[in-house]
Amino acid sequence: MHDLTVAQLIDGLRSKQFSSTELTRHYLERISRLDPQLNSYITVDESGALGAAAAADRALAGASGNLPALTGIPLAHKDIFCTRDLRTSCGSRMLDNFVPPYDATVVSRLRDAGAVTLGKTNMDEFAMGSSNESSYYGPCRNPWHPGHVPGGSSGGSAAAVAAGLAPLATGTDTGGSIRQPAALCGITGLKPTYGRVSRLGMVAFASSLDQGGPMARTAEDCALLLNAMAGHDPLDSTSAQQAVPDFSGELDQPLAGLRIGLPAEYFGDGLDATTGAQVREALSLLEQAGATLVDIQLPHTALSIPTYYILAPAEASTNLARYDGVRYGHRCEDPADLRDLYTRTREEGFGDEVKRRILVGTFALSAASYDAYYRKAQQVRRLIARDFQDAFAQVDIIAGPTTPGPAFALGAKTDDPLSMYLEDVYTLAVNLAGLPGLSAPAGRVNGLPVGLQLIGNHFQESRLLNVAHQLQQRSDWHLQTPPETEGGAP
Amino acid sequence: MSWEAVIGLEVHLQLATDSKIFSGAATTFGAEPNTQACAVDLAMPGMLPVLNELAVRYAVMFGLGIGAEIGTRSVFDRKNYFYPDLPKGYQISQFHHPIVGRGRFEITLEDGSTREIGITRAHLEEDAGKSLHEDFHGQSGIDLNRAGTPLLEIVTEPDLRSAEEAVAYLKALHSLVTYLGISDGNMAEGSMRCDINISLRPTGSDQLGTRAEIKNVNSFRFVERAIRHEIERQSDILEDGGKVVQETRLYDAERDETRSMRSKEVANDYRYFPEPDLLPVVLDDAWVEEIRAGLPELPVEKRQRFEQQYSLGAYDAGVLSASRPLADYFETVAGGCGDAKLAANWVQVELLGQLNRNDLGLADSPVSAEALAGLLQRIQDNSISGKIAKQVFEAMWQGEGSADEVIEARGLKQVSDSGELEAMVARVVADSPDQVAQYRAADEGKRKKLVGYFVGQVMKLSRGQANPKMVNDLLAQALDETD
Repeated sequence: MHDLTVAQLIDGLRSKQFSSTELTRHYLERISRLDPQLNSYITVDESGALGAAAAADRALAGASGNLPALTGIPLAHKDIFCTRDLRTSCGSRMLDNFVPPYDATVVSRLRDAGAVTLGKTNMDEFAMGSSNESSYYGPCRNPWHPGHVPGGSSGGSAAAVAAGLAPLATGTDTGGSIRQPAALCGITGLKPTYGRVSRLGMVAFASSLDQGGPMARTAEDCALLLNAMAGHDPLDSTSAQQAVPDFSGELDQPLAGLRIGLPAEYFGDGLDATTGAQVREALSLLEQAGATLVDIQLPHTALSIPTYYILAPAEASTNLARYDGVRYGHRCEDPADLRDLYTRTREEGFGDEVKRRILVGTFALSAASYDAYYRKAQQVRRLIARDFQDAFAQVDIIAGPTTPGPAFALGAKTDDPLSMYLEDVYTLAVNLAGLPGLSAPAGRVNGLPVGLQLIGNHFQESRLLNVAHQLQQRSDWHLQTPPETEGGAP
Repeated sequence: MSWEAVIGLEVHLQLATDSKIFSGAATTFGAEPNTQACAVDLAMPGMLPVLNELAVRYAVMFGLGIGAEIGTRSVFDRKNYFYPDLPKGYQISQFHHPIVGRGRFEITLEDGSTREIGITRAHLEEDAGKSLHEDFHGQSGIDLNRAGTPLLEIVTEPDLRSAEEAVAYLKALHSLVTYLGISDGNMAEGSMRCDINISLRPTGSDQLGTRAEIKNVNSFRFVERAIRHEIERQSDILEDGGKVVQETRLYDAERDETRSMRSKEVANDYRYFPEPDLLPVVLDDAWVEEIRAGLPELPVEKRQRFEQQYSLGAYDAGVLSASRPLADYFETVAGGCGDAKLAANWVQVELLGQLNRNDLGLADSPVSAEALAGLLQRIQDNSISGKIAKQVFEAMWQGEGSADEVIEARGLKQVSDSGELEAMVARVVADSPDQVAQYRAADEGKRKKLVGYFVGQVMKLSRGQANPKMVNDLLAQALDETD
């Protein structure tokens, strides 16, 4: 059953080929057998999942029409989305004991859509990382090669979907955290337009960049998941008032006449040659489908790394101020006084990468450096956004590699944060400009998947899903599955 | 050397919204600790602020009330600092782009003179919670009921020169915001809290001296005392050749002194930056104009109208327009009896006197405006004299009923029957031959004084109920007729 797409699973449930309980048990069994090796889940909610599956089965047995779209479909939530009565750690010791009394809007919408929550997936601590190695719960492994990282920060979600431990997963993307692990694990992941999906109940990393989105094997499945996630939320002031289309509606539209821009900056020196070749092969399939490839420029691309690594830490440094040991989460033992409570709680509760970013962000916002760093970065952010608008005057979508190369080995970059940050060079600008971006499988390099990134103008998710779906009609990279490896961590 | 004080005030005004500025939790005062703090107020992970539209409306009303520039695009910022009763680790405030810009404010001093005070800005922000240090056995308790309560911080230019001016400003501000209905102005419950910036300079200088800030003073009286004390403290230092240290001080009402809290020399860096969880507030011109059109008559306008419409003096008009309920009370009495001066006099002397003596607010007055108007009507139609009216008012205050009921029950109706009065006058004249002789011997000037004796006798005989004007006329006839 785990080889079926969600569209096929929905058919199977509705035609009574199997029940949601059977389907859910199947995934739970796979998780218990395969996840000790993979570590893609932080928390598995067996009883909650079976309860929800039983409820879905009752609904499926009753009414025939008008069932919510995802009734009985299991899925996994990145452990950044608050789940009522289910621990939400955000990959941090700081929230290891945190059980929210509320659901994130995304979570409640998916419950309303009939989905069954299997559990919460592994992630870089507070979504800060590109390899899943900063998780308090240990690194998640790449299902294609356990010695390699799955990418991050939504590495657990990507690995779980790739390994058949969930048919769907939610992720969040602040600088590439959906697209990069999707690429490295060989699945499809979409970062929607900023504001498309509510951030309420999503633990904040960098508020002006964070965006939740779907992760699945296929573009078609991503569309199904996004249909249930998207929409204005009156409790998130930054959520868009924009009408939500049926994201599945344009999947079959032909690509004839589509102009795809290829930014010179995305195919330059930093790109691994074999990865580039895979991406070009995917592009040639789109060309065969009727699209035209156009060379374009995004001149400020290189500035997106310093810009992002000022703005995101600046916002993070204050978003994470609330973890002070006073109301919830980790608190140090026997604090001597207030200062000791703050200092030891945060010293113990946060890992190195989180501390690094809090320090960088605090520095960037301090009175003496605000103009030189934060204000300047905001100005550059506008230049980066303008690059894209200039490009969209010539082309319909933009395409390129999602990452410079395939997954790297565990530990290869942990001692060199700057080389880790370079991993995001093709994805960061999309967040800075608030645009939608999608990564779709584009084959493998040395056995490890790489991704094709598609970037659209604001609220053009349907177009991206359409192009990815057309690619997937002409390739089978998205259907390839990694070998199963049982047992504990190697 | 003589010193001039330079004073600026920052008032934190609690806006009278039912719910908090960024959440739906209630703002009612005095609830059990932490029963009015929701997930947003507690800064639970993933929670987001949603701006309360009524708080924005109230801020705009204030801005229009002082003729200020209204920021058509204002921006919320985060002010970052760690404190246990600040759950997010930052306060959402407005730093660079406040909702209300420069405005002016007229104050009236005791002597009736007026001054204009500049308002630098007013911005919206959220209140913090409260730390409680008693009853927790060496630990501290946190009550977050107040966290997220909407505040309008109103900042003046350093235009005030004395404690009296500061208090006059605060009273005028209190009057304005309660007129507008944007705050209950209840200082005892912390609805209006004041930070005082104060420095001294040699009289005539246009340089500013080093200032001290006195935090969180919460009554008119304490503001006056704190400023007086601080002027004295700083002038002592300067007279001795010392230097005032820039610092934050706390006013201790029990000991009537200010003392140092912390030095501002190591200033906090609040790392202000735009709040990414909220969009800029962009005000629609039509919306602002709709608010302007709906503004009530403001204290200054009402005072001017009272002066013109009722021919009141500036002082009386000022007292009667100081609060909207009092102004309404006065206008009801004036309308009911048709004599504004009489009404003004009675409201100020009798009504306010009784309220003060009994430490009551206007809302607690046992005599309604309509009832007082009923009493004044009886003076005007000569049913009772002004003197008797005071007795009647006293009885009404004690709950003995309306003016007519008291007059009836106590038999206080003025004697205006000319036959009855003529008899009394005749009797007094007959019983006082010596005085009559003395009167008749006196010249015109002295007679005016001597007639008072006869009036007093008639009044005594009538137990105060004789119509004084008629008595005067009848006496004049009786005493003069045998000339």
